[in-house]
Amino acid sequence: MSDARWPGRDVISIREFSRRDIETVLREAQRIRPNPDLLRGRVMASLFFEPSTRTQLSFASACERLGAGVIGFSDVQSTSQAKGETLADTIRMAERYADVIVIRHRWEGSARLAADVAGVPVINAGDGANQHPTQTLLDLFTIRQYLGRIDGLRIGLVGDLRFGRTVHSLATALTRFEDVSLRLISPPNLRMPESVLRELEGRVDYQEQEALELEGLDVVYVTRIQKERFPDIEEYEKVKGAYVITPPIVREQLREDAVILHPLPRVDEIHPDVDGLPQAKYFEQAGNGVPVRMALLKLVLLGEDGR
Amino acid sequence: MSESGGANANAKKGAGELKVSKIRRGTVIDHIPAGMAPAVLRVLGIDRGVSDIVVMAMNVRSRSLGRKDIVKIENRVIDEETLQRIAIIAPEATINIVEEYQIIKKDRISLPRELHGVLKCPNRYCITNDPQEGVPTLFLCEREKPLELRCHYCEGLVRGEQVELIL
Ligand SMILES: [Zn+2]
Repeated sequence: MSDARWPGRDVISIREFSRRDIETVLREAQRIRPNPDLLRGRVMASLFFEPSTRTQLSFASACERLGAGVIGFSDVQSTSQAKGETLADTIRMAERYADVIVIRHRWEGSARLAADVAGVPVINAGDGANQHPTQTLLDLFTIRQYLGRIDGLRIGLVGDLRFGRTVHSLATALTRFEDVSLRLISPPNLRMPESVLRELEGRVDYQEQEALELEGLDVVYVTRIQKERFPDIEEYEKVKGAYVITPPIVREQLREDAVILHPLPRVDEIHPDVDGLPQAKYFEQAGNGVPVRMALLKLVLLGEDGR
Repeated sequence: MSESGGANANAKKGAGELKVSKIRRGTVIDHIPAGMAPAVLRVLGIDRGVSDIVVMAMNVRSRSLGRKDIVKIENRVIDEETLQRIAIIAPEATINIVEEYQIIKKDRISLPRELHGVLKCPNRYCITNDPQEGVPTLFLCEREKPLELRCHYCEGLVRGEQVELIL
């Protein structure tokens, strides 16, 4: 089926993704293979105004595997923005050098601004605490890969649900699916924001709780609790200890075919001894960044029918 | 200003009821929530010096609002952008155009779908608050009652009571 909407499309926010859009990306990601002819002669501008090794490398890897070239930078210090150039002007320059722009920037809404300015497609690789849609798509891809579906799953989100943008976007994306139930596990000061809960209302069944109870879950999505969120260091130490995933917890509470995910980098919220357990899939999840980003580059440059 | 009836009825009845002096020609903004008239004047730029007559009435009895404020400005037709700003602080307001002491046109203010450059985004990490970038704000109306707007850039949801107008 031909779809005119993909070529040239911006990927800025998961809020703009319908179920069909998500399915299209997941399907492409599943079947795409390295092919140096697919995007030969194209150029991706990789504008990382703020460093993010994993995201930057996986975009670059995706690009190389499809035969496109990569230009760009990974540090705002080396750019003319540091000298006072506006982001809009940097984008006007980059769109003349590249066929697609990937941007990471600390200001929220920066990627939307770039997309409004640029005539070429823009992919948001993280705009401050707001959105990181390719992360959400690779999260969904990983869930589908190991559990075969997303509909009907029981998913636990653990840790900092207040400031963690990955869990906000994932929750939004899950409203596009059927019969999903969410267990929102966090300390009281790091609860899921009201605005996200309201999106879930009537679409996703959810319950909030403080205790780290994982029984019955198909997916456990763990996020880091950051020290900066606590005024009192003792309080932080106490809370942090209560949300650490250890081998006994996994063995006692999770089925073998359940899946533990984490957007990485992991600090100590998942004990390293969990890595060897069958449920641990966070490194596979990080690896999935490559096929998902290959799929997105292909879709925005060539569309669904592009070969 | 009466609460009911057509423009002519209003003009006639107005003489008996209204404790605010009439204007010959200009605009009457009615049904402003009680206490909000000074904010409306600020939006109109009237606190920054005008030569025309401005009449403000506060806490006037109103059937629909209990108490309301009224603002009258002589010789002034209010432009669309200013009306958008007023709609945010006074969503129930009506705009009456007066010629020769008669109301010739009466309009409800309606909140537009998009608000360009009217509000400040309360999210201090929003790109619209980056002084280097200088990008005008854009909000989309998600819900009218209660008022909720979403920033086009940072996607933050802003409630009516958090709204900060750019004057
Ligand atoms: Zn904003």
